[in-house]
Amino acid sequence: MVVMAGLPLGAQDAGGYEQTDIEYGFYLYSNHCVSCHGENGDMERKVNLRLGDFPNSPSDALLGNNIRDGIPGTQMTPTEYTAPEITALVAYVRNITTANLGSISLGDGGQGQALFEGKGECGSCHRVFGRGPRSAPDLSNIGSVRTAAQLERAILGSEGSTLPINRPVRVVKSDGTVINGRRINEDTFTVQLIDDHERLVSLEKVTLRELTILTSSDMPSYEETLTAEERADVLAYLLSLKGLS
Amino acid sequence: MRRLMSRAGLLLLSLMLPAQSLSAQVTSKRLLEAAKEPHNWLTYSGDYASTRHSLLRQIAPDNVGELEMKWVFQARSLEKFETTPLVVDGVMYLTEAPNTVIALDAKLGSAFWRYEHVPSSESRPCCGSVNRGLAILGETLFMATIDAQLIAIDTISGRPIWKTAVADPSLGYAMTLAPLVIGDKVVVGVAGGEYGIRGFIAAYDAVSGDEVWRFYTIPGPGEPGHETWEGGGDAWEHGGASVWVTGSYDPELNLTYWGIGNPGPDWNPAQRPGDNLYSDSVVALDADTGELEWHFQFTPNDDYDYDAVQVPVLVDLDVTGVGSDKLMLWANRNGFFYVLDRATGEFIRGTPFVKVNWASGLDEKGRPIETPQPLGATTYPCVPGGTNWFSPSFSPNTELIYVSAWENCGHVFRPVEVEYRPGQRFLGGPPTSPNPGAPGVTGRGRPLINNWTEDVANGAVLALDPRTGEQRWRFKMTDVTQSGVLSTASDLVFAGGREGYFHALDAKTGELLWKATLGGSIASCPITYAVEGKQYVAAAAGSALFVFGLRLQK
Repeated sequence: MVVMAGLPLGAQDAGGYEQTDIEYGFYLYSNHCVSCHGENGDMERKVNLRLGDFPNSPSDALLGNNIRDGIPGTQMTPTEYTAPEITALVAYVRNITTANLGSISLGDGGQGQALFEGKGECGSCHRVFGRGPRSAPDLSNIGSVRTAAQLERAILGSEGSTLPINRPVRVVKSDGTVINGRRINEDTFTVQLIDDHERLVSLEKVTLRELTILTSSDMPSYEETLTAEERADVLAYLLSLKGLS
Repeated sequence: MRRLMSRAGLLLLSLMLPAQSLSAQVTSKRLLEAAKEPHNWLTYSGDYASTRHSLLRQIAPDNVGELEMKWVFQARSLEKFETTPLVVDGVMYLTEAPNTVIALDAKLGSAFWRYEHVPSSESRPCCGSVNRGLAILGETLFMATIDAQLIAIDTISGRPIWKTAVADPSLGYAMTLAPLVIGDKVVVGVAGGEYGIRGFIAAYDAVSGDEVWRFYTIPGPGEPGHETWEGGGDAWEHGGASVWVTGSYDPELNLTYWGIGNPGPDWNPAQRPGDNLYSDSVVALDADTGELEWHFQFTPNDDYDYDAVQVPVLVDLDVTGVGSDKLMLWANRNGFFYVLDRATGEFIRGTPFVKVNWASGLDEKGRPIETPQPLGATTYPCVPGGTNWFSPSFSPNTELIYVSAWENCGHVFRPVEVEYRPGQRFLGGPPTSPNPGAPGVTGRGRPLINNWTEDVANGAVLALDPRTGEQRWRFKMTDVTQSGVLSTASDLVFAGGREGYFHALDAKTGELLWKATLGGSIASCPITYAVEGKQYVAAAAGSALFVFGLRLQK
């Protein structure tokens, strides 16, 4: 990606399309779409992305389907893009003429991995491909389930970036034993968690004196501890995590 | 221009990272001594000897009538539910078809996590996209998939750690068995004998997923046994010899035993003259190297698809009168019940346990004295055999082996010439029903209701005595069965059938002590375990796993 100084991360929202997704979409477009559609989206005779002239894709959902499944009888062949990648490509294509690519969103994945395991200490809570603790969610395929914009917000520690099911819980059993952990499932009568010792624990609520679902997570904000460029590197690394092939 | 890290680069890096220790949870020592912790079920067959006998005795003949359902797990898949769950310290791990793993609270049935592997659309298993279960070592589960991959999965998070391609699914290779962990290795075998594969058993490093050894179940040119594929053609290259079910292991001998499937094409032996080793055999392999120590072939140059698709049952029992013998018990698909010396492979005894007319008996070395039936006449047993993949159990209390059998089941065989085409069926049949108007018997599940009669076949649980080969008792069912058998130290035998009944029988007499109607075919092997001192019995039926416990226990 071209790196330029500019607006703070996440500050742009182009009419419902998030700036980070637009930039990720630009990256994907530049690598995979540009050879047919051209830099400005106007190289294909029947489909002019620059003018918004692509009648096969009146809605974002249909545009996404066409990117994923291809269009029979054309050179548009099926792809293996993940849902976040489709989101990003749609965001970029819908904003191809107006996209502001002046902020830093995506950096170097290799640098990002080093920051993840080093300065950022992400690896002290998160697990990737069997390495690291399980106290926070496993991120081995996070790049195929979260959009670039969602991941960027999580790096900034924004409230709500943790899925509700993954919220920290504090349990006091009837005998006074305290269990802290991360919720992974719950129903009317029971709750399941991974406790601080990384064990699977299943509890009947009737046996508990106290069950507290914490709304804030231990996920820190990296707004101060990492530079914008470093955060962009970490984001690039996270987007590259798509599980085992 | 700065670039995102490539997928390939990432994979390489992840493989270079120091691996998580595999000693935190289920150690190889615990697996060796699995029978000493009967509250758990640590391997597919309960222990390395594959006796499926539990030392738990809380549920007993005098209270089994008080069993009640404690919880049910509903699978999302409508495919046959052939899983044997593992239970480790209160957590149950099971598979549902085709290749989904679920971790459950073994006491309450609540789910911890679910991992779904979507098999390649290239996979083409002959007989259902089923899965029979998992293996565990340390904090890692191992699943063999229908698209012939071996996947390591974290027990806590349910996330995959590595995937290894074992074989090419587009050529018909598939895996339906639960892997067997021995030491630091994960051993699997491939199915695909209906597609002209060349079968093999292979061991993989539990940490890296790298292949450690491979044993081809059809010897190649220059290897001993290759001469049993006579005629000098390429029959051996497409000769099948699949592995459908998990093997067993004797730590003292350091031998692992595996049953090998039919030669291909299934029903036309004229296309593959010779004995066709090691099809329809048991092989004893060095667990460290995969080298063949001995073999015993049950059905040479098989006409009938009589796979040795059974789990070898290892018992120490004095049957020859010279002290405790290291035995292998084997009720085979071909209708004979064998007793072998598992140190040497020597044949000790073999007797029919169902109606058999393809052979008049076995000679002193265990080779069948074949009596081929005239063209158009009925051969017994039928294609699914006297028994099939569902496991028997052996009780050291009664010294009996309990076998789910198909009785009075025959087929009419008409061999057909067939050409090998990669990835296509390679059968040389098909056999037909001897009873006009009766539904055909297949191993795939129950046909429409209101048409099953005594003209087709019937199922039974048989208690066989390894000392004599004789039947000690018989529990007869109307329909056939694909249920494995479980026995317990309290002299109970649990088994079910295709009618959806789950039975508890008296291990000494075969008397019916309790039954439950589960509303779907039991095509799985029941297990027992305990949590917080309370014993449970679990059986999969239809598309659900049912767990029973005593009425007064919560």
